[in-house]
Amino acid sequence: MKKFIILLTILSIGNVVTAQDLFEILDEETPQTKEYATATFKGTRILNGHSIENRKKGILEFVISHRFGRVNLGADELFGLDQSNIRFAFEYGLTDNLMIGVGRSSFEKAYDAFFKYKLLKQGIGKKSFPISVSLFGSTVYRSVDDFEPGNEPSESDRLFYTTQLLLARKFSPGFSLQIMPSYIHRNSVAIEEDPHDIFALGIGGRIKLTKRISVNGEYHYTLNPLESINTTNSLAFGIDIETGGHVFQIILSNSITMIEKSFITESTDDFFEGDVHLGFNISRAFQFGQKKKRKQQKIKESHL
Amino acid sequence: MKPIITIILCLLFSSMSYAQEKYLTKNGHTSFFSSSPIEDIEADNNQVLSIIDTKTGKIAISILMKSFMFEKALMQEHFNENYVESDKYPKATFKGEILDFVTLENTSEVIIKGNLTIHGVTKSLETKAKIKKTEDHIFLEGSFPVKVADFNIEIPSVVVNNIAKTIKVSFNFDHKPYTK
Repeated sequence: MKKFIILLTILSIGNVVTAQDLFEILDEETPQTKEYATATFKGTRILNGHSIENRKKGILEFVISHRFGRVNLGADELFGLDQSNIRFAFEYGLTDNLMIGVGRSSFEKAYDAFFKYKLLKQGIGKKSFPISVSLFGSTVYRSVDDFEPGNEPSESDRLFYTTQLLLARKFSPGFSLQIMPSYIHRNSVAIEEDPHDIFALGIGGRIKLTKRISVNGEYHYTLNPLESINTTNSLAFGIDIETGGHVFQIILSNSITMIEKSFITESTDDFFEGDVHLGFNISRAFQFGQKKKRKQQKIKESHL
Repeated sequence: MKPIITIILCLLFSSMSYAQEKYLTKNGHTSFFSSSPIEDIEADNNQVLSIIDTKTGKIAISILMKSFMFEKALMQEHFNENYVESDKYPKATFKGEILDFVTLENTSEVIIKGNLTIHGVTKSLETKAKIKKTEDHIFLEGSFPVKVADFNIEIPSVVVNNIAKTIKVSFNFDHKPYTK
């Protein structure tokens, strides 16, 4: 009799076990994959400078950026819209971690080439890496011929180099912050007192207002600014608007250029005196390569 | 001593006898298809988990939203970020029953009835599917329409013509006997 009771108990325990919720089994069986934070920023730029976001492998982006003249120039200059500085660029994702690009700015007729490489990615979940780290490098060739006669710069005098470390964390779906120490080297300087090597520390962030709109800010503090011109630290505020396929950014900044060596070290306008430039970044993405073989995975052969 | 042996035997026996009652797949295929005059959008997910309890005909399906693969990487990002909000709602689930499962022929059409949860919204669903039972497989295949608006998924006005209001969800699962 005793044995019988035990048997019954065991059988009923057995039943309890099988009655285990099917979802619990699914949860147990779910493979543990490492996940990374995505979309820390919407675009590859916070506003003026680069964010840690890259374009994925095979995506070619055509980027058009504009900065107009100062809004406090008044109605005669249509609040700066009569003046405009433009940069065209092609930017391409070689791999998911490495992005390259070339651009041409109307300001100083400058050509630039850059790379951005993701060194570390912020993970999701416990014990995951807390921040994303990217390395950014760019070379600028200043092609404008504004020299005194007989004082022609050599080819190498026209070159500028920027190196940045981009450290970012997505604190929540709505809030991301990035810190970017920058090092800018100029092969030639205007006067003896100008430093060849300039160090700056930047901070940028975004707060999402809705799913598709965010407010961004970006500031660069220059530790050893140029002496030949009266420089200011670059400050920008803007809005990201995502419209289906691409991101549109509207910017207010005291910087008139869109390449690092210029806006970090050569801004001269005072944001709070009203020397603000209206600008925008717009991009169009084209996908290459990854054209999935249609239907390839699609139910190779139906079992039925 | 003897009762212990009985217990062990019972335990062994009970787990063995129930072992063959659940069929599981970890790489089920689910896709969705949106057709609009401007473009067709398709996404595939080959990591769908599905389990069937053959004793009751109950079925549970779990779909990780981030595992949907799109042709365009940006589309995939926007799908996760803005449409289904995968950070907030990482999974879509289905919990239901294959009607008259126990008495089914080995190959037949069945009706599946249950609750589908996407984007945190649960709706009841009833759909037809094809089923094929063999010794160590249960194949399940079918498709059903899903109204995007039913699941509180907003489509912004600029792309309203690019995304269908009703998308077609297809599934194809090859379950195998599940043992712990």
